[in-house]
Amino acid sequence: MNRVVITGIGIYSTIGKNLAEVKNSLYQGKSGICLDMERKQFGYRSGLTGKIERPMLKGMLDRRQRVCLPEQGEYAYMATVEALKYAKLEQDYIDQHEVGILYGNDSCAEPVIKAIDIIREKKDTTLVGSGSIFQSMDSTVSMNLSVIFKLKGINLTIAGACASGSHAIGLGYLLIKQGLQDIIICGGAQELSIYSMGSFDGLSAFSIRESEPTKASRPFDRDRDGLVPSGGGATVIIESYESAIKRGAPIIAEVIGYGFSSNGDHISVPNVEGPTRALVKSVKDAGIDLSEIGYINAHATSTPVGDGNEAQAITNVFGNHRPYVASTKSMTGHEMWMAGASEVVYSILMMQNNFIAPNINLENPDEHSAKLNIPTKVVQTGFDMFLSNSFGFGGTNSSLIIRKFK
Amino acid sequence: MNREEIIKKINTFLIEEFEVDGSKITPDAPLKETLEMDSLDFVDLVVVIESNFGIKVKGEDFVGIVTFQDFYDFIINRVSN
Repeated sequence: MNRVVITGIGIYSTIGKNLAEVKNSLYQGKSGICLDMERKQFGYRSGLTGKIERPMLKGMLDRRQRVCLPEQGEYAYMATVEALKYAKLEQDYIDQHEVGILYGNDSCAEPVIKAIDIIREKKDTTLVGSGSIFQSMDSTVSMNLSVIFKLKGINLTIAGACASGSHAIGLGYLLIKQGLQDIIICGGAQELSIYSMGSFDGLSAFSIRESEPTKASRPFDRDRDGLVPSGGGATVIIESYESAIKRGAPIIAEVIGYGFSSNGDHISVPNVEGPTRALVKSVKDAGIDLSEIGYINAHATSTPVGDGNEAQAITNVFGNHRPYVASTKSMTGHEMWMAGASEVVYSILMMQNNFIAPNINLENPDEHSAKLNIPTKVVQTGFDMFLSNSFGFGGTNSSLIIRKFK
Repeated sequence: MNREEIIKKINTFLIEEFEVDGSKITPDAPLKETLEMDSLDFVDLVVVIESNFGIKVKGEDFVGIVTFQDFYDFIINRVSN
């Protein structure tokens, strides 16, 4: 079995457009949430959203590449450019070797809506344009990036709701571990336009703390009232240890455990048993002692039931061990299909720089989160290993364990 | 619109849509090669013609069109009708 190392990371998020900006935001506990009045006028119950700027890609990509790329593809592209540079993966190396892509994505609302609007108006499908179909498919991100970077390995999008990005890394880890691929570009991307969150808002699942946007996402807090939708792109390049050494790649960290499970329960309400099984599986896969985990990047999305259930799962598994537990969603909002990958990037930045970002907006823990060691201010401390949880609709669960490379 | 106005409008949208240097567009130059068009680009050409001139063309219409002059004549003929 091969060792699986991380050789490149990249990020384009609501708290920074690159690793340096994001690291500073994490350290400062900076929120990327705002109130978008356009959503209120449109009919949204909650106008709260992560705030992100679309990148300007003219000059970076040619016309054909830009025409086929939807919003979240742009974010994924920016994150992947940064990650490839970090990994020292040049195009001529990619041309001569099989580099794969497993990217998390689970929706493409805007291109579909715009195409249907044109067809309804013009009564003619030949007027939607050549880019529409490629933007509209859930596999749009892996499809586009594999063409842009001329990748020749595995080429697949992982759709697992809010665990998509995490499962993408986990499944890539399994492929490399078994020697089926040497290098895989993993990640997660999330659209954030006004077209993309309407149905979710209709569940009344979003926070309506509109008077204080930066305080609305409050994982583990007693007074949390729902999640805040967010988005962007995050890339994690994983590689076999042998391949990394052979090409002189920087080795950032090592993926040592992946646990997965399904709740077999309610489509939207999480339980405790399913996430617990994923957690336990990841620890078993890693073959480590619980005391070695210094930090847990929680899934906790600021929903009343979900955060409490995860707190119970963590307490059940970790018992007397009390690693720091925090949710970066307190700052970024819920990055959904991107989250599993972005939270690995955030955790790596913390591990590299010896700090733990605060779980901001935690003013009063509830009965379950009171049992956890949740920092509300930045903690200057080194840690060698972290666990990252991601849970999604339909009860899909993913836990990853990553450690400093030894 | 007269002939010159139609040609000017065509060149404007071709330059904008296909991001090509305007100096490369001459009447005798080959349309497809100059604009580096593949099959997907002809789909977009149908869209941009409709939005600029309100006329609906089909992919098959481009079969006999080789040069920019052929293209101008085709559009001018369709606009006149």
